[in-house]
Amino acid sequence: MSPLDALRVALRAIAANGLRSILTTLGMVIGVGSVIVLIAVGQGAQKGVQDQIRALGQDLIFITPAAQSGAQNGGARGGAGSAQTLTLDDSNAILSSGIPGIQGVAPQLTVPMQLIAGGNNQQVVIVGTTPSYPAVRGGTVAQGSFITQNDVDRKSLSIVLGSAVAAALFPNSNPVGQTVRGTIGDRISFTFNVEGVMAPKGGSAGGQQDNYAFVPVPTLQARLGRFVKNATGGVIVNQINVQTTPNANQTVVEANITNLLSERHAVSTPDFTVQSQNDLVGAASQVSTTLSILLGSIAGISLVVGGIGVMNIMLVSVTERTREIGIRRAVGARGKDIVLQFATEALALCIGGGILGIAVGMGVALGINGRDIAGQTMTTVIQPWSVAVAFAVSAGIGAASGSYPAFRASRLDPITALRNE
Amino acid sequence: MMIQLEGVTKVYLAGDNQIRALDAIDLEIDRGEYVAIMGASGSGKSTMMNVLGCLDRPSGGRYLFEGHDVGRMSDDTQAKLRSREFGFVFQSYNMLPRMSAIEQVELPLVYQHRRNRRRLAREALKRVGLADRMHHKPTQLSGGQQQRVAIARALVVNPRVVLADEPTGALDTHTGIEVMEIFTRLVREENITVILVTHEADVAAYADRVVRMRDGHIVEDIRKPEHERVQVQRPAPIAAAVVQASSPASSPSSAEAASA
Repeated sequence: MSPLDALRVALRAIAANGLRSILTTLGMVIGVGSVIVLIAVGQGAQKGVQDQIRALGQDLIFITPAAQSGAQNGGARGGAGSAQTLTLDDSNAILSSGIPGIQGVAPQLTVPMQLIAGGNNQQVVIVGTTPSYPAVRGGTVAQGSFITQNDVDRKSLSIVLGSAVAAALFPNSNPVGQTVRGTIGDRISFTFNVEGVMAPKGGSAGGQQDNYAFVPVPTLQARLGRFVKNATGGVIVNQINVQTTPNANQTVVEANITNLLSERHAVSTPDFTVQSQNDLVGAASQVSTTLSILLGSIAGISLVVGGIGVMNIMLVSVTERTREIGIRRAVGARGKDIVLQFATEALALCIGGGILGIAVGMGVALGINGRDIAGQTMTTVIQPWSVAVAFAVSAGIGAASGSYPAFRASRLDPITALRNE
Repeated sequence: MMIQLEGVTKVYLAGDNQIRALDAIDLEIDRGEYVAIMGASGSGKSTMMNVLGCLDRPSGGRYLFEGHDVGRMSDDTQAKLRSREFGFVFQSYNMLPRMSAIEQVELPLVYQHRRNRRRLAREALKRVGLADRMHHKPTQLSGGQQQRVAIARALVVNPRVVLADEPTGALDTHTGIEVMEIFTRLVREENITVILVTHEADVAAYADRVVRMRDGHIVEDIRKPEHERVQVQRPAPIAAAVVQASSPASSPSSAEAASA
């Protein structure tokens, strides 16, 4: 029997038992489909986290203060970044150090603030920084200009609004040239001149940054007094962003920065943390990879269950068709022809189910992409390898689950098979 | 000699009892013989047919087909011999469900990897007079028609031996006679060896030789004299003669005799 004849016989047998074939295939459809969907969800979660980190800018190294130790804080250990060890001078030192591979440095000091303009107000994050911020963190000015070095030197009350802030405070007019009032609690209050408005960053991660407003960092220091000065009198910042050149070896740059700052702070153990964007991506990926593996295993189990269903049906089918096997043997079928016939049938069921499962899985994955489910926007990424693996596994299960019943069928004695009524 | 059984024994185990279905059988059947194997149920005649058709292996003795020892062949060689040299016809037709008549007849050719399957199957169906029922399913055919499809299926491989197990057992008298005439024609016109297994004397009467079995032994082996042999009933001798004279090749029987 040629493989083509075997396929023809298999397809007829499948068509002859329509409902049963559909139910059997359903097991494979669900198995393959769930592998694709669950892996797409896992990978989507991973991509979401990575996008969020990438949205921070490109080729970045972040320097943050180390956790405040208990002794400095009256016994309670503070969270990471709670110590006040980094200063504006540190930032300038990194910029002028000549460490190869550094393209730009932007310090930042963030404080929450209420901004008020006319009848509108908005709770925003104020970022005290320097003119290099847009270049380092990725951002363009849509209207007016960003804060200048002159603003920094003069500690001027200039402010640049994020797109969402501008839209909230000045819904109907051009904000550039107007004033906004900023308050922190009841005590502290500023009146800023709007110098510019940033272009929207958009996206789920960039959207957060649209609610920022930027001021010269020394302005904050001058106005907030002792809250933002450390023991030695330097202007503290809570993060220094370093952008490296695209081809720079970030590990070397990180080491050089660590040495420079350790020397400046005269400490043997760094009282700060240096982390590249890739480190953050890596850490986040580990979590989401675990999630992917978990989801993939669950899907894999359903695939195996589907395969057992196929084997079950094939065994029933062999028993039911004992007589047919006998007739075929009597007209000249060899054992291997019978094996070929039943294995082809199982394989056709599984491959058919696999193809349908791929269609259903991809359909569902694309369908839920971008939808809100339980308050969370789903991101799914269909992985070509997951489609290939799901298909290969379903075909493998078909071959495996078909071969045992097929072998049983081929061992039937022709006469016994014929006598079976 | 085409078929030679030398001391062939077949023993079945039924619980603790040994059943000797065939007990040291010696039998020779030559090409073109028309043999009926008769006996009551349990006499061993069905076992005999299975052994002769290479469906079952003897427990002892030798079975030579054209001088080759069947018992020493591998399963695959036996399957090959079975599919090329033997055609089987069963009491219960043994049609595959859902397949049309022509597909049933093509089936043996599928396992022989033959070309021209459709053409050969069509010719075989014409030989049994079913040219107009080729695309009917078993459920759309009468018992007699199903049995004729089964005969066409046995003939399509041009076998040297046709083995028929109670071929008329499920048929009424009239269709039974039609089927027996087909077998008779195979022997007389195509020199095919036909072995009938039956318990009915009416059926055995068509054969030239009757082998009677009881308890695994051959108890009687009678050949009819030449003048008593059943001849093919020609429905219209004059018409047939005209057809043969005008175009011998188009006559179904002579064309098949030439190809056989």
